[in-house]
Amino acid sequence: MSLSPARFLLVLLGLAAALAPLWVLESFHLFQLTMAVIMALAVLGLNIVTGYNGQISLGHGAFFAIGAYVTSILMAQADWSFYATLPFAAAICGMVGYAVGLPALRLGGLYLALVTFSLAVAVPQLLKHKALEAWTGGVQGLFLMKPDPPRWLTSVLPLNADQYMYLNVLIVSGICFLLAWNLIRGRIGRALMATRDHPTAAEAMGMDIAALKTGAFAVSAMITGIAGALSAVAVEFVAPDSFTFLLSITFFVGMVVGGVASILGSLFGGLFVLFVPNIAESISRAAPGVIYGMILIIFLFVLPEGFAGLVRRILTRLTSRRN
Amino acid sequence: MEAFLLQLTAGIATGGIYASVALAIVMIYQATHHVNFAQGEMATLSTFIALTMIQAGLPYWMAFAGTLVVSFVMGALVERLIMRPVQHAPILTHVGVYIGMLLIIGNLTGWVFGYTIQMFPSPFEGGRPMLGGLFSAHQLGSVAVTLAVLILVYLFFTKTSLGLAMRAAAYNPRSARLVGIRVDVMLALGWGLAAAIGSVAGMMVAPIVFLDPNMMLGILLYAFAGALLGGIDNPPGAVMGGFLVGILENLAGAYIVGTDLKLTVALVIIIGVLVLKPSGLFGRVVFTRV
Repeated sequence: MSLSPARFLLVLLGLAAALAPLWVLESFHLFQLTMAVIMALAVLGLNIVTGYNGQISLGHGAFFAIGAYVTSILMAQADWSFYATLPFAAAICGMVGYAVGLPALRLGGLYLALVTFSLAVAVPQLLKHKALEAWTGGVQGLFLMKPDPPRWLTSVLPLNADQYMYLNVLIVSGICFLLAWNLIRGRIGRALMATRDHPTAAEAMGMDIAALKTGAFAVSAMITGIAGALSAVAVEFVAPDSFTFLLSITFFVGMVVGGVASILGSLFGGLFVLFVPNIAESISRAAPGVIYGMILIIFLFVLPEGFAGLVRRILTRLTSRRN
Repeated sequence: MEAFLLQLTAGIATGGIYASVALAIVMIYQATHHVNFAQGEMATLSTFIALTMIQAGLPYWMAFAGTLVVSFVMGALVERLIMRPVQHAPILTHVGVYIGMLLIIGNLTGWVFGYTIQMFPSPFEGGRPMLGGLFSAHQLGSVAVTLAVLILVYLFFTKTSLGLAMRAAAYNPRSARLVGIRVDVMLALGWGLAAAIGSVAGMMVAPIVFLDPNMMLGILLYAFAGALLGGIDNPPGAVMGGFLVGILENLAGAYIVGTDLKLTVALVIIIGVLVLKPSGLFGRVVFTRV
């Protein structure tokens, strides 16, 4: 990619905007922003398999839960450091995603949505099960500690644990977003979209549909699992009832509102699902659900390409007028 | 042995509930070739409406009939106002709209009627346990109601010209339109019928599990499992599937996995059927031309 001065400036501005909250926001709001970035990462994972590859998943909360639990168990029961658990969480989620992707090969759109939906509903029950209680802590869940910033860093930058967590989440998510962007704009990304739009033609062109679809599931589960791992540490607590089917639906709503098949849209989606329910909750306990549902339907009717599509439309209008 | 028989009969009774929700799902599938994720929430809302009518002093069967009418109108309106505009949109849009309806209807129900768990009356109360104490009066009654609904649906689809028109509209909309069937009216009718059948299921299950806004979530999954097991395009098959899933769930819960993994049984059945025999036990095998 050639880095034109304008682009370079844009990247710098983006970096500054991402880092500024470290000093501008107080603890609670910084925590919220941390969670928004984590949500964006989870939505990105879902977007790869559902948006780019067209396999509808309503069960990504399951991968989020697995990532969160792998990290929590390793940290709380085996005293691992947070960083060491991340590759494990990613690898295990990737494998589970691959395993889920195998039966998914035989199922078309609606049925896959149905199966993943039932997976999402069954997750809390599985996590509570007695056979796993020694590891998962059962209904009580597990408590963790945020990592403290290392001394070499605090001597240069005075950060507290919350600020350090935000920085960690930012770096991990940034890497994942870059990798996903790189994957999507390359050969594999085009193959994923071809499989979605016209499987027969894609197969005739020599693409291995089965490998692409299961691979997409694995990568997608991996990314969402990493988001889950980050969230467990940021919240410092995991319990089965944090991973109900509503979590999976939240990711789905975030993807549709942010923009289906859009990397940047995932970011919008993460911000949306974190901040809109908070605002709506002040009206009534039921309000977030009702507002979610309405916004979801309105977007599907009026703006099916999501918020990212709106931004794209405005940008093209502006640039075309200039020419 | 007696414990086993009790589990079996309890399975048949809950199976009757799954069977009627499965029947509603298959109805929608017959009319639109889609599976409505919000079916359970619509049924719960109908049940709350029935409760309101009963609390207002209407006799049970009056409220029952009133609920059927209200649910039918609700289902037809949903089709007209929400599903019609996205009729030709991709599947992702449909799934999104179903999820949106699930959220809206489920939470509105909670908002209007509250989240406290409520008792719901059974029309078959007061009778002694029957058949040697294996069935309670309500269990027997709800199975009878399910079977009655099934027979009515079967007669409707096979013996009336309206039923024939509905099947034609779903099977081949274009040809159906050419012979003068109003396909869009048939779609709305299908949604209305499905909502009405779902409300029957809600009113039959509420005395057993008690009424609250999330009552139907687990039931919906079992019903999906039943519909798939019996064959998604086959109403009698779906009813059989519903009963089978009820029995399997109870026996598995009692003897194999324990009650805390019952939902997982539904998941295993769904995946098992879809992977091993996607057309279900009684369904037609459909060949698609590529």
